[in-house]
Amino acid sequence: MGALALLVAKNISKRFGGVQALGDVSFTINQGEIYGLIGPNGAGKTSLFNVLTGIYDPDDGSFMFGGEPLDHMKPNQVAERGIARTFQNIRLFQNLSALENVMIGRHVRTKAGVFGAILRDKGTLAEEAAIEKRSYELLEYVGVAKRANDLAKHLAYGDQRRLEIARALATEPKLLALDEPAAGMNATETQALKRLLEEIRRDGTTILLIEHDMKLVMSVCDRVLVLDYGRKIAEGSAAEVQNDPKVIAAYLGSDVALNLKGAA
Amino acid sequence: MTRRRKTGIPAKAWAGVALVAVALALLPFVAGLVGQTWVRILNFAMIYIMLALGLNIVVGFAGLLDLGYIAFYAVGAYMYALLASPHFNIHLPFWVILPMGAALACIFGVLLGAPTLKLRGDYLAIVTLGFGEIIRIFLNNLNAPINITSGPQGINLIDPFRIDGFSFSRTQSILGVAFSGPQKYYYMLLLITIAVIVVNLRLQNSRLGRAWEAIREDEVAAKAMGINTRNVKLLAFAMGASFGGVAGGIFSATQEFVSPESFGLFESIIVLAMVVLGGMGNIPGVILGAVLLTLLPEFLRATMEPLQNALFGRVLLDAETVRLLVFGIALVVIMLYRPAGLWPSAVRKRELESAKTGG
Repeated sequence: MGALALLVAKNISKRFGGVQALGDVSFTINQGEIYGLIGPNGAGKTSLFNVLTGIYDPDDGSFMFGGEPLDHMKPNQVAERGIARTFQNIRLFQNLSALENVMIGRHVRTKAGVFGAILRDKGTLAEEAAIEKRSYELLEYVGVAKRANDLAKHLAYGDQRRLEIARALATEPKLLALDEPAAGMNATETQALKRLLEEIRRDGTTILLIEHDMKLVMSVCDRVLVLDYGRKIAEGSAAEVQNDPKVIAAYLGSDVALNLKGAA
Repeated sequence: MTRRRKTGIPAKAWAGVALVAVALALLPFVAGLVGQTWVRILNFAMIYIMLALGLNIVVGFAGLLDLGYIAFYAVGAYMYALLASPHFNIHLPFWVILPMGAALACIFGVLLGAPTLKLRGDYLAIVTLGFGEIIRIFLNNLNAPINITSGPQGINLIDPFRIDGFSFSRTQSILGVAFSGPQKYYYMLLLITIAVIVVNLRLQNSRLGRAWEAIREDEVAAKAMGINTRNVKLLAFAMGASFGGVAGGIFSATQEFVSPESFGLFESIIVLAMVVLGGMGNIPGVILGAVLLTLLPEFLRATMEPLQNALFGRVLLDAETVRLLVFGIALVVIMLYRPAGLWPSAVRKRELESAKTGG
């Protein structure tokens, strides 16, 4: 394929006390793909997200992002490099309006400081106007523009998920990391989310997707990585992964897997 | 409907502003009819507005509970006292010292902020409380071996504001109208207070203000959105402290006397009460809180004894006792019935060009 590698993870390990949350996980995400990350509960998906986005330092291993190492970076530096994320349990700025949430996402790509704020010079005013305009466009893009002036906490659940995506997109990421964006969504909302993900990809942003909704993962992801007990047990196209006995064992238990083998 | 446009503010709004301006301009003379004390109380209200707005940056915007805020007020006050009094025989003009006081308070703000970056809530409150006490105790004890602050005796004969020969402490007749000292201070303070309010409004509605609010709402998410929380928090401490420093300098000049007593924990708590009671994070609310909590105790002080005399024919309870009692009850009642403050912040509505044309 000759695809360009955007993110290369090498032998990532992370322990929490006696629990090996991640063990020797390596993978590569190519530019422009939707890369799925699945695994049973507690497999280490969110831990991997947290290590990638600088919330934790890995005990071992390293990330290369766009050809540069991401070692020992704080979350804000990771965001500055171009990785934006959403959270499994939505973490919006609850008491601010939807629009302001997205405007905060623009922080890292703008620069007005104390004096700009106080003096309101032309540059600052222009920047403010641009922030507001872009943020509104992003709300329209994800489909919550009608709620722009409502507090984030008053938005419907699905809208909150979409707002979180808009806020992440506001940081102009090269890689958008979504932690279970379809959780709690109904079928219609999930369909709309799928279209949104495809649109984001088409517009040039690579996506890393943690998701439990297998239908969504299988229909939207180019490649999928499967984790179990912190270890990589499979990687490949949706179809390949689905038929991998180790994956079936991880999800359904090894007895079932053995039986399946026996039956075959 | 009146809709805000770039060109021109509706005539109604202008009329409102003009009305408020006239009221504020006449206020010291109305208060002066009752007594100059009331003009002084108005001036105090403005000093407290500055303090409360400064604390509001830290507590209301950035969500960092600070119980030692009064330390910055003390820093500003002593800065002024030392640089404009016979104590060291230095007499710098106020417009030099006030910015210096703000800058020094800024530095102290960062000094307090830096070691507490990882603390939140109760833990931060305890550390900041300690910080406030440390400053007060320092001021109380820095009279030996070298006498810097005069210790508990305080510093007196502090210079009032002076511009050339124009002193703010004397009664003076301007264009046939007699202006008392407090009345002159009133106008000066009004200008400074308006400037402080404008700066606060602008800060809140800026990239930086949003970053503060993001930290208040969810620090982890704020970091993940690329906000350098360390710098932004330090800026909150520094900016908040600088307003405290300015207010302190003004306090020194209007009182012409400072001592460590004025900067105890109780003062910190009163200023925090103004912020919380008025409506954390909402600038008009904080101003309301500051005005109410300055005027209410004074009003009670002035009315409790005559009231008791009228009702019972004699004074049953000392005015001071009743004052604190009523004050306490009022705080509890307000917090029970308006837990978000008297004037909580509303959603800031934004009217977008794209929303109007594109919708």
